[in-house]
Amino acid sequence: MSTDPRFPRPIPEIDQQLAPFFAAAKEHRLVVQRCTGCGAHRFPPRELCSGCLSTESTWVEVSGRGEIFSYNVMHQIYHPAFAAEVPYAVVVVKLAEGPKMISNLVDCPVSEIRIGAPVEVVFESVSPEVTLPKFRRAR
Amino acid sequence: MSVKGQIAIAGLGQTRQGKVYDRSYMGFAVEAVQLALADAGLERNDLDGLLLNPGLAWGNAAMGSFMLQQALGLRDLKLQATMNLGGATAAAMIQHAALAIAAGMCTTVACVFSDRPLKSPVEQKSRTGAKEGSAASYAFARGLDAAYGQFGINAMYALVARRHMHTYGTTQDHLGAVAVTQRRWAGMNPAAQFRDPLTLADYHASRWVVEPFHMLDCCLVSNGGVAVIVTSAERARTLRKPPVYIWGMGQGHPGGEPAETLRSGAPLASATAFRMAGIEASDVELCELYDCYTFTVLVTLEDYGFCGKGEGGPFVAAGHTAPGGSLPVNTGGGQLSSSYMWGMTPIAEGIVQARGEAGERQVPRRDVVLVSGNGGLLSTHTTLVLSPLPS
Repeated sequence: MSTDPRFPRPIPEIDQQLAPFFAAAKEHRLVVQRCTGCGAHRFPPRELCSGCLSTESTWVEVSGRGEIFSYNVMHQIYHPAFAAEVPYAVVVVKLAEGPKMISNLVDCPVSEIRIGAPVEVVFESVSPEVTLPKFRRAR
Repeated sequence: MSVKGQIAIAGLGQTRQGKVYDRSYMGFAVEAVQLALADAGLERNDLDGLLLNPGLAWGNAAMGSFMLQQALGLRDLKLQATMNLGGATAAAMIQHAALAIAAGMCTTVACVFSDRPLKSPVEQKSRTGAKEGSAASYAFARGLDAAYGQFGINAMYALVARRHMHTYGTTQDHLGAVAVTQRRWAGMNPAAQFRDPLTLADYHASRWVVEPFHMLDCCLVSNGGVAVIVTSAERARTLRKPPVYIWGMGQGHPGGEPAETLRSGAPLASATAFRMAGIEASDVELCELYDCYTFTVLVTLEDYGFCGKGEGGPFVAAGHTAPGGSLPVNTGGGQLSSSYMWGMTPIAEGIVQARGEAGERQVPRRDVVLVSGNGGLLSTHTTLVLSPLPS
């Protein structure tokens, strides 16, 4: 919960590039781009593949499973919506399909976060339009 | 074509740095050039090249170097550019100057950095634009990362540092050893912003910014300007100060994901620079390494081959880089304790040491000086090998 109602937690704008991602998240599906040229999965979305330079891609559902690649613990308050949450962790999840995602780990104390720990996606609705994929320790 | 011994640094100008408010970013840039000209014993009209690395306060000054030319009243320049490779820019400017001089495009180039990110107490009270604490002042928090609370470069570097700790067993004490060691050097630098002695306990007690970084793991924020004048070795020998010769220079920009490789561009950049200089890593007598974070110093030491990959922490903790150590590193206190002039901080200290002008902190062996620049998230890298000897 934010500490000051004037400063709600920032909700990402749904731009053209991320629209398919947010549409799927609302249905509790995690999707990333898959390059039509070489088959590589990628996230965040880009207009072309830096591997084969193909501009063709499709959005595909992924398993939602991965592992903690790295994490930090934020103490400094950059935005007032996070004032009551510091210290909180930001994690990098390496999906089983390859791409990495910045996210948060739910239901896990900061002191118990471990690099290499298996995780799975969960979904958190933050506005009528936006649902955020987050992760929890794999069960 | 080699530039070894053919090109030299002839002038260094440093304004007062830190919480200094009596100049604008342009004022600092102009003053730095004037100081560098006086240092070299040159006049403004002797300059025929101007390269600028604009700091944050310049905003989107796409033609900042031209603005600076006008501010300085310089006429008939034969080389000019506004450059940005992040923290690798300062050394890159010197490289471009050296190449242009060697190619005959120009003879005498001022390479300039200035910034003014800190607001004076008065300015903080009467800010225009978005008021501190207003909804508009948080408009930066737009993207997906912000939704997860991931803000700023500290948080990005923290992710890479944590990965290094996991992969190689680098500890918080190792990071702290860099901060403590550089503060020892800063204690001997009258111009350093922070000179008080620092213990490892002080380090651990300093507030967290973003784990694994304490405040004392992060570079300072400083106002000020630095200018370096590059010319031919032949001309430099006729000027006021002893020349600092460029022996070697190189760049390395590996691409891909540094968080995966935990490597900077130093292996690539140093291969070129060391070959040009005719040296190996073991010939380097002191280092001025780009230190945006304590962590960056460890990675850079590893990537130049001063220790094995992953052994940067134990190398610093053993005291090798400290005063009296086998490889003095960041001998003015660096950007962690002295001042943050992007890549100009290590270059300026390298020049001062090579000239033998470092006073109490002067290292005894100064014939082969390594300077590094690092930009982005270990994304761009530049190397200079400097020496008071022509060859």
